[in-house]
Amino acid sequence: MMQSVHPLAETVARFVWWLPALPLIGFVINGALSIYASAKPGPADPSANGHDGSNIGHGSHATDEGNHGHDDGDGHDDHAPTPRHRFAGITSIVGPGVLVLTFGLAIALFVAMRGVEMHEPFVSTLFAWMPVGDLHINAALQLDGLSMVMVLVITGVGMLIHVFSVGYMQDDAGYPRYFAYLNLFVFFMLLLVLGANYVVTFVGWEGVGLCSYLLIGFWFSEKANADAGKKAFVVNRIGDFGFMVAMFMLFAHLGTLDYATIAERAGQFAPGGVVVTAICLFLFLGCVGKSAQIPLFVWLPDAMAGPTPVSALIHAATMVTAGVFLIARSASLFSLAPVASLTVALVGGVTALFAATIGLKQWDIKKVLAYSTISQLGYMFVGVGVGAYTAGIFHLVTHAFFKALLFLGAGSVIYAMHKAYHATRNHSDDAQDMRNMGGLKKFMPVTWTLMWIATLAIAGVPPFAGFFSKDEILGATFARAHGSTLADASLLGMSGSTVLYIVWVFGLAAALLTAIYMTRMMLYTFHGPNRTGDDARPHLAEAPWVMTGPLLVLGVLSAIGGWLNLPGVITDLAPIGPTASLEHWLEPVVGEATARVAGGGAHVAVSTEALLIGLAVAIAIAGMAIAWARLKPSALVAKSAAAPATGIQRVLENKWYVDEAYDAAIVKPTFAVSKSVLWGGVDVGLIDTLLVNGSAALTRFFGWMGSQLQSGRVGTYAWLIVIGAVLLLRAFARVA
Amino acid sequence: MQSIFDAIGYNSWILTLLLVLPIVGAGVLIAQAQRHSSSDGAATMSSARRTALLFFGVECLVSIGLWWSVDYESTAWQAAVTLPWIESWGIFFRIGVDGIAVVLILLTTCLMPLTVLGSWTSIREKPHAFYALLLVLTTGMLGVFMSLDLVLFYVFWELMLVPMYLIIGIWGGKRRLYASLKFFLFTMLGSLLMLVAIVYIGIEAGGLNGPPIFDYDVVTTTGAYSYNTALWLFGAFFLAFAVKVPMFPFHTWLPDAHVEAPTAGSVVLASIMLKMGTFGFVRFALPLFPYAATHPAVKSAVITLAVVGIVYGALVSMVQPDFKKLVAYSSVSHMGFVILGIFAFTTQSVQGALMVNINHGISTGALFLLIGMIYERRHTRMIADFGGIAKVMPIFAVMLTIVALSSIGVPGTNGFVGEFLVLIGAFRTEPIAAVIAATVIIFAAVYLLWALQRIIYNPLSKPENAALKDLNWREIGLLVPLIAAIFWLGLYPAPVLNRTHAAANRLVERMGGMPEANITVVPERR
Repeated sequence: MMQSVHPLAETVARFVWWLPALPLIGFVINGALSIYASAKPGPADPSANGHDGSNIGHGSHATDEGNHGHDDGDGHDDHAPTPRHRFAGITSIVGPGVLVLTFGLAIALFVAMRGVEMHEPFVSTLFAWMPVGDLHINAALQLDGLSMVMVLVITGVGMLIHVFSVGYMQDDAGYPRYFAYLNLFVFFMLLLVLGANYVVTFVGWEGVGLCSYLLIGFWFSEKANADAGKKAFVVNRIGDFGFMVAMFMLFAHLGTLDYATIAERAGQFAPGGVVVTAICLFLFLGCVGKSAQIPLFVWLPDAMAGPTPVSALIHAATMVTAGVFLIARSASLFSLAPVASLTVALVGGVTALFAATIGLKQWDIKKVLAYSTISQLGYMFVGVGVGAYTAGIFHLVTHAFFKALLFLGAGSVIYAMHKAYHATRNHSDDAQDMRNMGGLKKFMPVTWTLMWIATLAIAGVPPFAGFFSKDEILGATFARAHGSTLADASLLGMSGSTVLYIVWVFGLAAALLTAIYMTRMMLYTFHGPNRTGDDARPHLAEAPWVMTGPLLVLGVLSAIGGWLNLPGVITDLAPIGPTASLEHWLEPVVGEATARVAGGGAHVAVSTEALLIGLAVAIAIAGMAIAWARLKPSALVAKSAAAPATGIQRVLENKWYVDEAYDAAIVKPTFAVSKSVLWGGVDVGLIDTLLVNGSAALTRFFGWMGSQLQSGRVGTYAWLIVIGAVLLLRAFARVA
Repeated sequence: MQSIFDAIGYNSWILTLLLVLPIVGAGVLIAQAQRHSSSDGAATMSSARRTALLFFGVECLVSIGLWWSVDYESTAWQAAVTLPWIESWGIFFRIGVDGIAVVLILLTTCLMPLTVLGSWTSIREKPHAFYALLLVLTTGMLGVFMSLDLVLFYVFWELMLVPMYLIIGIWGGKRRLYASLKFFLFTMLGSLLMLVAIVYIGIEAGGLNGPPIFDYDVVTTTGAYSYNTALWLFGAFFLAFAVKVPMFPFHTWLPDAHVEAPTAGSVVLASIMLKMGTFGFVRFALPLFPYAATHPAVKSAVITLAVVGIVYGALVSMVQPDFKKLVAYSSVSHMGFVILGIFAFTTQSVQGALMVNINHGISTGALFLLIGMIYERRHTRMIADFGGIAKVMPIFAVMLTIVALSSIGVPGTNGFVGEFLVLIGAFRTEPIAAVIAATVIIFAAVYLLWALQRIIYNPLSKPENAALKDLNWREIGLLVPLIAAIFWLGLYPAPVLNRTHAAANRLVERMGGMPEANITVVPERR
């Protein structure tokens, strides 16, 4: 380790602890307000006048088919003007306020970092957390290029979503509780990315899972929401198990869990060795859970039960990308484990395609976006899997922009739908089903425009953000198929380069489907005739500025985000901006690992690169054209009148029946065995009945025998004396 | 700080005081009971609980000095006292502590006042007798943690048994007689064999001519038994401790005892009495018979039982309809971690095991207290009878959530620190066991979050629950220290770890384990 003073030591970087501390303060304040308000319902409190207190009525109402979708807050049931939470004012200041401060500090840190040459990460240690023998785990934060990028995304996008929430959640009875959870989430997310060792990262890792659990189940009085929250937590814990085992192995083999020391000592692992491969695969199991990849993706679609801004922040822009971050953070290990890296890329590629197929047939606008997120996360894993760590992070950033925009846009649509249904006392129609929308561009022009920008970005149309990042991933995959360490390895009996070509084709296919399902979503939501219903239609309107404002900012970022990392092949042709800024920024963190994977040979000619770019653009445009030509929004009927799907459409609508399969193959058998075999059989049956009570019965039996002997009847005694005497005589006879 | 304690000679009298004070309290309560025998129930109850709280409170306050007064790095017994007792038989009143004991003693003395507060309104029958038994029980438990003489240890060990038997048998639920008898017989079965072993050890140590010797320091250093003898003796101790822990398959007394016991009984049972088993291993069974305990067959058998218990307890916990039983089975799982940590013999795993001991005491104690609070309101412990009560009992919901998360081992809470240290340490010597045990982080989430959902979330659909009152100040006040401990030990466990470090390391060294293993990485072959 370098002992000299770090160039950041005397700068604002000293205050890096304030990054997580500020949201934590917000959590404490909002949490206290929430508890105080619910413990002492004042006159103006919603829960005091039966609004929120109509729990039983609400609960039974919620179980009705066709409520206003899942995204139905408590606040929308009663048609009297909804009183806001009595602490709404102070929460609206504190909740988003701490995020503004955090973002400001993040900018200051960023500026400070730009001003110095950094070769080593800046580590700030607060205290010794778990000092046990040769295990030294410190509560320590680490600033480097990678954590800085993540911090900017989390605080920047997070701030916008907090602001949006002020409008979206305004009438909710749990307003301070919502912001408390959201602040707490940002706290944990910052710990996750800033941790200087795996354990601090793990604290954040599980902490964001906890907040996700709390926020998915935010409207916990509906069983479906509480179920979804629990499912998310449990599935995530399967991944966390992998993360833990990876930490155990790292400590057993390298004697440390600090990132900096691991990067130094990673060279002690033989490239491609069993141990480092196992460590990486276990880490990846953690990522599969957190980032909803096959086979653990099933929690994310259900997670849409949470409020829509939560979906934007946690289940699109930040938390679910933690897996991608973790692999980039562990690049020094993954670059030594080609088999693990190929696994990452393959799982990512398959997930990207698989989730895109499901996205084609969803009717719930949030479900489309959920599967789209799973699919895009697949792309990011392809990126970090093929050793293009910068490309993976680049897509993470642009995706945070356009997917947050899409979710918030969807939120704005749902908000409008709700208001319309609310005003017309319509309880039967689903405010999230696209079959009930249509033609919304007339009513919501701002949302419509911005969502089209995001759609073009995700579909990969130049010059929008997604085009550059997605293209970089696909290009790297193609390039690594020759001459890299990955190409020389093999997986599942296939050579590495075959695997990479397969992944590349999957990526292209997924890109085509992405363009199709996104165009479909836009067509059904905003174009064609309106299907909301004649009486509800006049009430459709654009959301207030506090919601459209953040959308606007995200729209700009989605449009120009690609400038973060312009490829050389484009800046050579047209000098529109700096080349590969992000790559330079991340060079000290992942440069060595990237070079190790690429192995010097994995480059393609400029002409090939240009061809690949052309191909990607053609696919994106083709996808949109197909959707535009084939799908006729005017032929769509409202949900209540729609006929059930058949054949493959039905399979897609039911998400390939994966949930059902898991339920039948894993969940039900585990419960049945635990209940009948372990509890009923072993515990109650074997140990208690047979052994414990059995030995008692046996003792009683002997006692009974004994008591029979002492019956007091002289005749019996006489017989016993005779028998005893005979036996004794026989015994003596034998001795003699 | 140290000088203040020296000036008042704190270390010379504190342990004795801690043992005597509860007995005095019990005497006072019995005297009060006779005075109150004619007056009305409410006055009786309030006089009993106030006296009990006073004694437990003083006990707790005076004990806290141990945190600073003791030299944790020293190899000598701290605050030691030796008095002659039955000299001709070589039996002495010999007590003293090390870091491991101090932490458990403080856990005991700090929890006991909370159990009184937890019983505040729920113990209406014979309250004086109840609290007197609780006080006697405390002396027994503290005595076990302090004893440095095998016979004295055995006396305290048995002294715990009777009050708990009566507490379950008199103040328990419907099946209290079955449960208390089962508890008594299970425990007696193990401890009688242990008594035989203790007598054997004493006579062996005394030699042919001299009186027997039961001094801990002597018997742990001189005993050179043949392998077979050591195995038999270890087996006798093992049985006594394994029942107490409880380890699979000796655990079936626990769910019954927990379910039937009154809240204070469950709390004491789970939080402190189960620790007697693991403490017994650390203090007696292992240092007495290091070769038997580290025999590969013995070690792998114990670790197998521990891992089976960890997974089994979690799975069975998952399907319990009764919340108290659910927590009881989860105890089997948690205590399995302690045994795994101890028998993995690495400094991290042993220290982790000691942490799990404390954490389990705090979290499970808090869970039982919380269950007691809703039981008092609804007179049911069935999970299915609840649902959605976060709406009417928001503070209860927050508390239950925090405690459940600590029990699940979410980082930031105490539960994580203990489990993590056990597993990361155990992985170095017992990797397969550690990996299997680690799967429990999944099942733990299933059983507790599912219970949580069915109790505080979901629709508030049962009319009986709609009018439930949230926690009152007494209830909040008794939970707050536990919640504070959950976060303190989760975020800054170093003070505890530093205090147990030397003692844990001594044990690991003695057992030939990995105290401070130096990591040398052997380059792998491709």
